[in-house]
Amino acid sequence: MKKNESYEEFIKGIWRDNPVFVQVLGMCPMLAVTNSAINAIAMGMATFFVLVGSSFLVSSFRNVIPKQVRISCFIIIIATFVTIADYTLLALVPKVHKELGAFIPLIVANCLILGRQEAFASRYPTRLAVMDALGMAGGFLLALFSLGAVREILGDGALFGVKLFGENFEPWVIMILPPGGFLTLGVILLFFNWFKFKKDEFLEDVAAAERGSD
Amino acid sequence: MDNLLWVFISALLVNNFVLTYFLGLCPFLGVSNSLETSARLGLATTFVMLVTAVCAWILNTYVLIHAPYLRLICFIVVIASTVQFIEMLIKKLSPALFRAMGIFLPLITTNCAILGLAIFATNRGYGFWEGIVYALGAGAGFTLAMVLLAGLREESELSNIPALIKGTAMNLIIAGILSMAFMGFAGLFSTT
Amino acid sequence: MNTDSQKAPTSPSSLRLVLTLAIAGLVSGIAIIGIYESTLPTITANKARELRAAVFKVLPGVAQMQPLVYRDSKLVVVEAADKDEPVIYGGYDDQGEFVGYAMPAAGPGFQDTIAILYGYKPEQRMVVGMEVLESRETPGLGDKIYKDLEFVAGFSALSIEPEIVAVKKGTKSQPNEIDAITGATISAKAIVRIINETHAAWSGQLPAPGSEPPLELSESADTGAGQ
Repeated sequence: MKKNESYEEFIKGIWRDNPVFVQVLGMCPMLAVTNSAINAIAMGMATFFVLVGSSFLVSSFRNVIPKQVRISCFIIIIATFVTIADYTLLALVPKVHKELGAFIPLIVANCLILGRQEAFASRYPTRLAVMDALGMAGGFLLALFSLGAVREILGDGALFGVKLFGENFEPWVIMILPPGGFLTLGVILLFFNWFKFKKDEFLEDVAAAERGSD
Repeated sequence: MDNLLWVFISALLVNNFVLTYFLGLCPFLGVSNSLETSARLGLATTFVMLVTAVCAWILNTYVLIHAPYLRLICFIVVIASTVQFIEMLIKKLSPALFRAMGIFLPLITTNCAILGLAIFATNRGYGFWEGIVYALGAGAGFTLAMVLLAGLREESELSNIPALIKGTAMNLIIAGILSMAFMGFAGLFSTT
Repeated sequence: MNTDSQKAPTSPSSLRLVLTLAIAGLVSGIAIIGIYESTLPTITANKARELRAAVFKVLPGVAQMQPLVYRDSKLVVVEAADKDEPVIYGGYDDQGEFVGYAMPAAGPGFQDTIAILYGYKPEQRMVVGMEVLESRETPGLGDKIYKDLEFVAGFSALSIEPEIVAVKKGTKSQPNEIDAITGATISAKAIVRIINETHAAWSGQLPAPGSEPPLELSESADTGAGQ
């Protein structure tokens, strides 16, 4: 039973309750750093580290932290992890750190992380909280990557810096620029809406058929 | 002094906090369904930005030189306290306004635009006056973007929008077009 | 589960609240200081290495460098500049002879601030190299200021008299002119303006050619102080 529960918590973050595409959380860093696939992945990994780490701590201490100061404690924990991630990135991959720039400290203001602590990690046992964090962070990473890949391919004709098309490809530069971020996410959400629409339609048809066959 | 003007105009138009730097998106997408609320929230945010800019400068100049790694935590604490303080102030001065703003006030704390303002100002080494002008420009830019989107959304309420696109998808696409429009401001300060 | 509901939920005392926050803050502080100290050597080494690479790029023939600041009306050698103190770098060849200055400069470009480093030889009054350190110019257009190698090469022998002028691509005729980049005129002109402005600010503070501060700081740990 326990194993299924954990798995459920994990998988929901990846698709069904994907933080970006379904819950529309954590937008700020999303659009800014997804102008290339590698930046997107770096930001995704940093957020991953912060989310899982904070969820682990918050959940482990959930019975000790008084309710009145819980938000402040969450923020302190999150800010600590973000600072650690910031300095680690600066030391290990200074080039990537320069690209991400000021958006690494901004992970603190990412409503996704604080939201997860408040809604989940502070109320559930550690193992489930960690699985939830892993799933959400994984979904976030996936979303970031897809956005970054689309923008880089269309806007630069490359993926991870590797040119995909020939010399004659005229890159759609707007994709790498801010408007491209908005538009790409908007279109992706459009697809999600369409998908949901179709699914609801399908389920309705099934229900109608069942009623008809009664 | 034209440096200050550049800082202001840059934050307001050329490098608009919302449409260029993607900061403050949560309220931008979530709250902009009403023109009036947007304007109010924009005003409150600008005020918090001003206070934050000043505090950030004080912290940077006197405290954080010795402990740069504490920057993030200090900024967050300052922002959270400022918002708390403003909440109490508004509650006392105008309970009607407080009720009208409701939950949006505490949400200013997680507005990445404010933290972003503090961090950008630090990275660029803005002095006291530059910080203030930057905060004014950023707040005005944020309010401008919100009000623009709110106006468009209110208009679209009256039109026939396919259900498929309604909601955040449409807002994002509108935002994308707004962002493109604002790109036209780049190069505003022509340099000879 | 009965025991839980029977316990009257008393508000935790103020002391408990403060204590929790204090402990959280303390642990957080220790963790942050820890990571800062442990990554500091790597970060400083990275920064120094990047700076050296940039200086060597803009001043060809240079093997050693040292920071110089303007204090008490003259240019002096320092181990490290004060925060906010404008600093330039003296470049010396492997015999310790002065080659030129590497001057950091910054200013608004098309999109955001551009930060560059340029090499300057005071005797010939020429710019001999330019390296873009930081830029957020438009990808595909403004970023040509570092991606267009022809443009960058245009800075390898640029006279600074009376000041550098950017001209339409292909029309360069004078030694103080440089071909701008088609489609990125504003970014290119910004670089030129940044160099001109920085030079104007520093030219009164540079010593006469031939009397530059000698190489004092030796960079390898084995050699003794001075040579």
